[in-house]
Amino acid sequence: MQLPLVGVTVMLERNVLQVYPAAESVVGSLHMAHTEWRDAPELPDFSLLKRLARDQLIFLLEQLPGKKDLFIDADLMSPLDRIANVTILKQHEVDKLYKVELKPIVSSSDQLCFLIRPRIQTVKWISDLVNADKVAGRFRRYKIIFTPQKFYACETVLEEQGVYGDVTTDEWNFYILPLDDDILSLELPEFFRDNFLEGDQRWVTTAGSALHLLQSVYGSFSKVYGIGRCAKMVYESWRELMEEGEQRTRQPEFAKVFLVDRDVDFVTPLCSQVVYEGLVDDLFRIKCGSVEFGPDVTSSDKSIKVMLNSQDKVFSEIRNEHFSNVFGFLSQKAKNLQTAYDKRRGMDIQQMKAFVSDELKGLKQEHRLLSLHIGASESMMKKKTKQDFQELLKTEHSLLEGFEIRECITYIEEHINRQVSMIDSLRLLCLLSITENGLLSKDYRSLKAQYLQSYGIKHLLTFANLRQLGLLEEQQAGETLTVMESKVGKLVNDKTVGKLTDAFSSLAKKSNFRALSKRLALVPKSGEEYDLRVPRDMAYVFSGAYIPLSCKLIEQVLERDGWTGLEEVTRMLNGQEFAVTGGSSSSEARNKTDAQRIVLVMFLGGCTFSEISALRFLGKERGCRFIVVTTAITNSARLLEALLDNHA
Amino acid sequence: MHAGKWRFCVANHLLQYVIYLCCKEEKSQTRTYYLFANAAWFDIKIELYEMGWNLKDGLRECLVAAAPYGGPICDARPQLEIYSSSGLPLASFPWKSGVVKQLGWTVSDDLLCVQEDGTVLVYDLLGGFKRHFSMGNEVSQSQVLETKIFHSPYGTGVAILTGALRFTLATNIDDIKLRRLPEVPGLQGAPSCWAVLTQDRQSKVLVANGSHLFILDNTACTPVTPPGLSPQASSIVHMCVSFSYKYLALLTDSGHVWMGTSNLKEKLSEVDTKIKTPPKQMAWCRRPKSQQPSAVVMWDGLLIVVGECKETIQYHLDDDSILVPELDGVRIISGTHHELLQEVPGACEEIFKIASMAPGALLLEAHKEYEKESQKADEYLREIKEQSLLSEAVRQCVEAAGHEHEPETQKTLLRAASFGKCFLSNFPPEQFVSMCRDLRVLNAVRDYTVGIPLTHTQFKQMTVQVLIDRLVYRKLYPLAIEICRYLKTPEYQGVSRVLKHWACYKVQQKEESDEVIAKAVSVKLADAAGIFYSEIATKAYESGRTELAIKLLEFEPRSGEQVPLLLKMKKSPLALSKAIESGDTDLVYTVVMYLKNELNRGDFFMMLRNQPVALSLYKQFCKHQEQDTLKDLFNQDDDHEELGNLYVKASYKEQRLEARIALLQSAVDEYYKAKNEFSAKTTEDEMRLLRFQRKLEEEKGELLVGFSLHDTMTTLLSVGLHKHAEQLYKDFRVPDKRFWWLKLKSLAEKEDWEELEKFGKSKKSPIGYLPFVEVCIKHHNKYEAKKYVSKVTPEQKVKAHLAVGDMEGAAEAAIERRNESEISTVLSRCSATTDHLLMERLNRAKATAVKK
Repeated sequence: MQLPLVGVTVMLERNVLQVYPAAESVVGSLHMAHTEWRDAPELPDFSLLKRLARDQLIFLLEQLPGKKDLFIDADLMSPLDRIANVTILKQHEVDKLYKVELKPIVSSSDQLCFLIRPRIQTVKWISDLVNADKVAGRFRRYKIIFTPQKFYACETVLEEQGVYGDVTTDEWNFYILPLDDDILSLELPEFFRDNFLEGDQRWVTTAGSALHLLQSVYGSFSKVYGIGRCAKMVYESWRELMEEGEQRTRQPEFAKVFLVDRDVDFVTPLCSQVVYEGLVDDLFRIKCGSVEFGPDVTSSDKSIKVMLNSQDKVFSEIRNEHFSNVFGFLSQKAKNLQTAYDKRRGMDIQQMKAFVSDELKGLKQEHRLLSLHIGASESMMKKKTKQDFQELLKTEHSLLEGFEIRECITYIEEHINRQVSMIDSLRLLCLLSITENGLLSKDYRSLKAQYLQSYGIKHLLTFANLRQLGLLEEQQAGETLTVMESKVGKLVNDKTVGKLTDAFSSLAKKSNFRALSKRLALVPKSGEEYDLRVPRDMAYVFSGAYIPLSCKLIEQVLERDGWTGLEEVTRMLNGQEFAVTGGSSSSEARNKTDAQRIVLVMFLGGCTFSEISALRFLGKERGCRFIVVTTAITNSARLLEALLDNHA
Repeated sequence: MHAGKWRFCVANHLLQYVIYLCCKEEKSQTRTYYLFANAAWFDIKIELYEMGWNLKDGLRECLVAAAPYGGPICDARPQLEIYSSSGLPLASFPWKSGVVKQLGWTVSDDLLCVQEDGTVLVYDLLGGFKRHFSMGNEVSQSQVLETKIFHSPYGTGVAILTGALRFTLATNIDDIKLRRLPEVPGLQGAPSCWAVLTQDRQSKVLVANGSHLFILDNTACTPVTPPGLSPQASSIVHMCVSFSYKYLALLTDSGHVWMGTSNLKEKLSEVDTKIKTPPKQMAWCRRPKSQQPSAVVMWDGLLIVVGECKETIQYHLDDDSILVPELDGVRIISGTHHELLQEVPGACEEIFKIASMAPGALLLEAHKEYEKESQKADEYLREIKEQSLLSEAVRQCVEAAGHEHEPETQKTLLRAASFGKCFLSNFPPEQFVSMCRDLRVLNAVRDYTVGIPLTHTQFKQMTVQVLIDRLVYRKLYPLAIEICRYLKTPEYQGVSRVLKHWACYKVQQKEESDEVIAKAVSVKLADAAGIFYSEIATKAYESGRTELAIKLLEFEPRSGEQVPLLLKMKKSPLALSKAIESGDTDLVYTVVMYLKNELNRGDFFMMLRNQPVALSLYKQFCKHQEQDTLKDLFNQDDDHEELGNLYVKASYKEQRLEARIALLQSAVDEYYKAKNEFSAKTTEDEMRLLRFQRKLEEEKGELLVGFSLHDTMTTLLSVGLHKHAEQLYKDFRVPDKRFWWLKLKSLAEKEDWEELEKFGKSKKSPIGYLPFVEVCIKHHNKYEAKKYVSKVTPEQKVKAHLAVGDMEGAAEAAIERRNESEISTVLSRCSATTDHLLMERLNRAKATAVKK
């Protein structure tokens, strides 16, 4: 197989993507190629969590002795595969495996076991199955294993359907799936919609329990920061668990915890991702740490599933890189590989033997991965260097900067009219609304009408959802907040005005993006050159155009060791910030240990790969390591799809 | 003269040891203790209490039950009376219920009264009625003939022999599962005797019918024969099972006592009592790990101890007595006295045996001499030390102290042990220390006023936890707390638990006001760990003090614990807000579901309205379970917007067009009510569109229904229905731009270049002409594309030229516009070999542009 060695020249606009020929000299200076921060702290071993989960699952399966058929919720299949593969399940007398499809089943087994998320719909389906069996006079044993916990509502359904006594229920406390050395996921994509849109806080305790689990396995934390309503509730639930359980004084393995709500920063997940891992996710959708590359990438007629994590040596070097750098790096890598292969020539038999046994396997593995990633980035280039992607990025950046808004609106309008992409159009609309604090009434109506013409009236519901979340709003005609303020101000003294303003601003749910961006310097001044090969700040993850708000907040709070000096910022983010010194007394001596330089960041409602890359960069800059705990990995498409309402 | 003082005075009389027991008052008595000739054991009878009660007729003719482990005594005449083991009255009340056949105590010191009709009444030890349960229809129909109350690892059980000569059994009265045992063959009248056995984790009944013996279990009735039972017996008249259910003793009409294992596999001994009248009671008297079987048989005025050898020990009884089998002996309660009969513990025997040379005895002697300041002490010590038995001696003294009931003797023995310890290095102190502690606790509970005459063996078996419970049942809270503190029991299991019980008792005191009690409870419990105020509040509520319960709940830090009780007390609004406060969604759900069933719909919705969290949860539930309720919910709130959305959503699930349009009409109405004209109009448009689509579907056979406006137009254009597309364009006020894009795309797709050109010229394009260029290029028609380049606005010229691959044109346009970035764009597209000249020109232009 000949490796495609393609030198690529990318033609890009200023401030969008920089132009780099794929010269070898450039490759050498990629910041990825730098050795890691010399004393970067060791990360704790998270595979322990997998072992714990597996042991519990096996225990639960053995509670139902004998052969049984196992029904698994579709979205649990991949996570389950990471914990216990089919062989292990078979060892514990699982006969056949089925995906839960909410349809009648064909199973001849006398014992049915259901491994599901605690969802009313699924439980109702199971109740129907049981009742159908009853009618048919068939006797079976049923066991429902809820993961990560069972909810009262589910039991209510069992009761209402009259099958409570026929099934046994259990909990599999599988809270956390380690996706990588530094990414832990709760694999609960519905957290976002349930919590932020439906106002259903049932997952709060789950998040609290996940933190409690981490704490009991890896030791307590010295300090907890957070922002957002949900974050606060999660902390409370966690604190209660801490107080109930026995106190253990252990050397903590993390220094600090930062909890952040997704709705604190909607801008970041709505932006197009341009670091390699983020792009792969946007284009191919990474699922549970693995991705399926289609025929266009593999340059064969079949798809290949690849695990994307730090075990993949090629991937781990490019994952955090701006994609304009990736191709050059890969071609250099390919050349090096070729050289390594070429060593064969002129070898005698002994040497050849050594080569085959020592190096060839590694080289072949690397070769395989390399060709896949080259395929992927070629496919990326094809899609992403096209004119319209350039313009899309340009529009996004204009919106972030607050420049040429009219042109942006025209662009979005055209985007909608041409039916380019349902999700992308929506994404741009949301970005426009958030950055501009809502759309002018006239624009809102016309854009909405046009969107409905393109994609159907059912999106009335989508718009209702977006408005509820504050993602896409119409500016209120008439009195604006400031007018109200000044009116009130005349009546009462200044002190209360501040409070009232707070109250009003939380009512209005303003995004205040522009002011925040100014305050925190999220958007670098335009006109400055930004060398993406040598990133100088976290903005590199968005081509130097924008520093993710979430990551900037984390940086600021860690720097200040609290929220002092950020009062204005938190006021604009609707407050709800907190900082608590943890249970374990953090003496000064301990601050020297490695653990004190590990920071756990929990995203409630999902986080993007761009944010993870930005945090990895921040960690390198500051000599610390970040561990990301998220309810799920998200991106703009997943975020918006969760808000569509045209099904169910 | 309670807690009578006694000591051993031993006289040698060939084969007998006689122990004199002196009482505190001069009145001294002699009790005899016998030693079986060939077996080195003897029984001692210890007076525990002189009974404090004042019974007119002694224990004659009354129904008495005494609990094991030094528990309370109860006696039922017309008046039901409960006494402590020392005879202090605990409760007394007239019996008004049915005929009581049997009294008994549960493992948790509750009194069971089994009535003739099979109803079992449960009282606590202070005479408070707790509950009652029935032993089943069969029992109540055929009446109770005999009853036995028994204890097993599963709790306290009741076994009943009915008038129909059938056995009914419940192994655990706290979890009643009635079992009717199989019939006993050939049983004509009441069996001569029977007993309950616990074997193989199952309760069985052993029945004797004449000389036949049967074991009844769940499924079968099996005849059994005890090995080696003397043949002259024609009937078994009495039987008893040991405390551990391991051993069985049978008394035959010939006066023989057969002793063996309860599985009837092994005979241990058989003794002839030479008395042929049936006894009043028979019990095992055996200490754990003892090699010797021994049972006690009681007749009127006579008590006989039978053991391994032929001889028996006989006691004369002055008074009617009852036997209470214990783990390590038998208690004998009479109208005036309360005594314990047990095999003398090994250590005591070794030490107190006459002329004993056991190391313990020598150590005791040595210590006595030491107290007298005599040098003999050294001699004795030397003697022990020479045999290197000092540590053994200390151990013996400590152990013996544990078995002694008299504090002075305990002290003497412990002092001796402590003295011996001085001469030992590395002797582990634990045994000594814990024995001192245990004895202090035991002496405290044996006190006359407390009246729990536990032996050390019993105490160890029962554990401190249970002892604390027993004290709590007797409401001896201060003593219980003292013991917990003294034994350093973890607070959660110790002091806090006692305080909780105290508080539960406190809240039932009717005479005090809510405020006073709440305050008293909170003050006392303030700093105790692991207190569940909810449990105390539950108690308060159960005794009818709702207000007090609410007050107490305020102290409960975990709102999760408050909610269930609040619900029970019908304080649902408070319960709901507490549940929400807790942040536990499941709890909120519990309350919501409870309210849903409890309240009428209107009130329920009103309550939800004030609690957004609960409301959104309930909505979630309704979305999956009860769509209609959701509608009602929005209706009640006049949330027309949401109703509209609901209808729109429903319309998409509807297959039939008419129904779909009807739903949309409902949505329109709701949107108008919500003053949302935009949505109303849009929905009306949708209805129009649907009708239009259907009409066209019928006429032209194109699948259209359900498409968006855009998709409909695309379809129409692609199949050449331009007129209809244009009708939509006009009717639905489709923006010009969209229409142009649509038409442009569809014409290009059909490669109808002529029509495209006509269209382009029809009027000035609202989307400019760059899209024309691009669309042609996309369909690989450079020729057509070039036609439109000239029409493109100056800003887009460069792009247009580049799109058709005209480098020169692009360069020209860029230079003309003197736009640096455009020049760079063109430059980057030039290739160094072919466009050399062009690049030079561009670079020059760029330089001037930058300068400007």
